[in-house]
Amino acid sequence: MIPSDAIWETLARRRGNALVVPSMTSVRNWSRFSTDPELDFPNLPMGKGSSVGLGLALARPERKVIVLDGDGALLMNLGSLVTIANMRPKNYLYFLFQNGIYESTGGQILPGADLVDFAAIARDTGWPRIYEFTEPADWEARVDEVMSGDGPTFVGVTVPPTQPKLPLPARTTSQAYREVKARLLREDT
Amino acid sequence: MTSVEQGLSAERVVATLRQIGITHVVWLPDSVATFMYQALAAEPDLILVPVCREAETMAIALGLMMGGKEPICLIQNTGFMESGDSIRGLVLEAKAPMLLMIGYKGWRFGQPMTDSSGVYLEPLLNAWGIRYYIVDSEADVGMIAEAYAEAKRNEEPVAVLIGKDWQR
Repeated sequence: MIPSDAIWETLARRRGNALVVPSMTSVRNWSRFSTDPELDFPNLPMGKGSSVGLGLALARPERKVIVLDGDGALLMNLGSLVTIANMRPKNYLYFLFQNGIYESTGGQILPGADLVDFAAIARDTGWPRIYEFTEPADWEARVDEVMSGDGPTFVGVTVPPTQPKLPLPARTTSQAYREVKARLLREDT
Repeated sequence: MTSVEQGLSAERVVATLRQIGITHVVWLPDSVATFMYQALAAEPDLILVPVCREAETMAIALGLMMGGKEPICLIQNTGFMESGDSIRGLVLEAKAPMLLMIGYKGWRFGQPMTDSSGVYLEPLLNAWGIRYYIVDSEADVGMIAEAYAEAKRNEEPVAVLIGKDWQR
């Protein structure tokens, strides 16, 4: 397993001008590492991070879009893997933090936790780039490869439960929506 | 004229979308809006984003809007009902000026409805405070542009309910 902090810290260092859509546990923790909060859209409704990220990726093909999601959330929007594969956004990177539990609601085991192979689902729905990491050294050795190349890219990371549970960010959805939009518009002009 | 003869023309609706600057149609084809499919697919200035479940449309549209694009969501009323948490947690929380085009399955052109997907649609929109326009004839097509302008002006979602005789 790889501590989630290691993933967040590495991505924050290497994001460049990427847009980031943290969801689930990442919503509560990404802000500790983010180097550019104006380009972050914290997604709160479970399961919708993958889809918000797709919209950003389609709108902004010149930037990478990084989605940080949880396995419980992906179960709620599993079809989005097909939607994304069908649109084939080359700039889309989807990080799935897998620990087999609903971490946000107290650690209940996911249905099919010992049955589901999300990477295989992504592979069989046509995602061109699939990565799976269970060891920190492997992640560090291949992160440059993960961050480059044409996606969409699926990255499954096996992580332990994250403690302690931090509060949600104070920034509202409305604030985040307007700040991201305004920042992108500013950089266009 | 019968309601079918007065019915909406796909070309007119698509032309309106083009005129108001829509860039993307995020949709899941339904029995009501399907009459527009070929016209939408043939429109070179529109990018269609098909989804597997309707709740994806609002999330994708929000991402597109943040990126500076002008999408609409095109779904059936049953799919609108399925999308509850997307609407609540993204569209309403973001106060997003999103145009929701909703196929009004069950609509009987002002006559009492028996299909529950029709019966509950307007009460649900009212409960959420989402203003809406019913477009069920060529004379109403101008409301699409009005709805879009209202969404932009008030920075809130507005719905256009498409009433088409879907059984024919």
